[in-house]
Amino acid sequence: MELNVSDLTVIRGGIKVLEGVSFAVRAGEALVLRGPNGIGKTTLLRTVAGLQPALQGEVSLDREQMAYAGHADGIKAPLSVTENLEFWAAVFGTGSIAPALQAFDLEALAARPAGALSAGQKRRLGLARMVVTGRPVWVMDEPTVSLDTSAVQLFAEAVRAHLAGGGLALLATHIDLGLAEARVLDVGPFKAKPPALEDFDGAFL
Amino acid sequence: MIALLMRDLKLAIRAGGGFGLGLAFFLIVVVLVPFGVGPNSGLLSKIAPGVLWLGALLACLLSLDRIFALDWEDGSLDLLATAPLPLEAIVSVKALAHWLTTGLPLVLAAPVFAILLNLPIAGYGPLVLSLLIGTPALSVIGTFGAALTVGLKRGGLLLSLLVLPLYVPTLIFGAEMARRSIEGLNAQTSLLMLAGITCAVIALLPFASAAVLRVNLR
Repeated sequence: MELNVSDLTVIRGGIKVLEGVSFAVRAGEALVLRGPNGIGKTTLLRTVAGLQPALQGEVSLDREQMAYAGHADGIKAPLSVTENLEFWAAVFGTGSIAPALQAFDLEALAARPAGALSAGQKRRLGLARMVVTGRPVWVMDEPTVSLDTSAVQLFAEAVRAHLAGGGLALLATHIDLGLAEARVLDVGPFKAKPPALEDFDGAFL
Repeated sequence: MIALLMRDLKLAIRAGGGFGLGLAFFLIVVVLVPFGVGPNSGLLSKIAPGVLWLGALLACLLSLDRIFALDWEDGSLDLLATAPLPLEAIVSVKALAHWLTTGLPLVLAAPVFAILLNLPIAGYGPLVLSLLIGTPALSVIGTFGAALTVGLKRGGLLLSLLVLPLYVPTLIFGAEMARRSIEGLNAQTSLLMLAGITCAVIALLPFASAAVLRVNLR
């Protein structure tokens, strides 16, 4: 399995943010996207995950192969940790949630309502959902926000296990996860050039 | 799909889910109308079908913006859109969950509340039947409105304005059916029109709802 992104142009609010983005990620590999705030990392990830259409270019894998994790975790506060994960397990048609609980050290919190979790614990629950989806491609936007050092280690372990199982991951993060399998791609050079204004003036002449 | 339905029902029933909001509103309308109209039981029984239908419609409207707003805020709508369920199925399940938590309780409560409005005995059966057939259309149309306004802060006002005109045919034929039955007239045309509207919106609107949701998620 290989994720090929070729000549992708992504738009946000009708304005091109990145153009000509090309990269390839093979099974067992992780690609970390870097770049300053507002460069378009989130837009790129959402486009790859199929949440919004690209202006141009292609993503080789189908969105049915991908699991997406955004800034929000999609956690329902009145449901318990177990119920939250079991819901996603049922939606994605996967079996046990025990490995996911274990991977993110959530067993002790399993019966607690998700609304009573701390920000870092909520994030761990949101990341545990990725394990539950059972999909080979993880597309994650700032997964380490509000995680402490040991939780970042847990996350790195989970990504490593995912990659070892033949999966691949596309991450936008500024923290060094210490993953040997990870390559870094700076999206800065793909920044879209501002549209030429000559044609606009020409229309009035 | 069943998992999504069960989750939505669970969320609606647990604290803060808003279950019973519509029912309480319906009760308030029905209790207050006799005070406003005055103790004229003849007049009350004449306007009872219309008031009950209007109360049910407004009670339904009250909870519409919750259909997608909560899922949008906590990000689960994005995650659902990337899940192996088609969006058309998601919006249909959402509409069904809304009907089960709002429409169905209204239908079941209507005969009890009808006593307060002195509804003639002949009207009970037709009223419940018309609500049973008509309220699913309210939920499906409302889901479409909610999909249109998802992501807007305080979108409730826009949602009401968009949805109210679409509710008019259901209201007309629903109240008409109950009224005609009470007066001993033939109510079959109203019944068929009401059922037709409900079938048509259930068949067609989920596709429109899914399409606007896709645009709104961008």
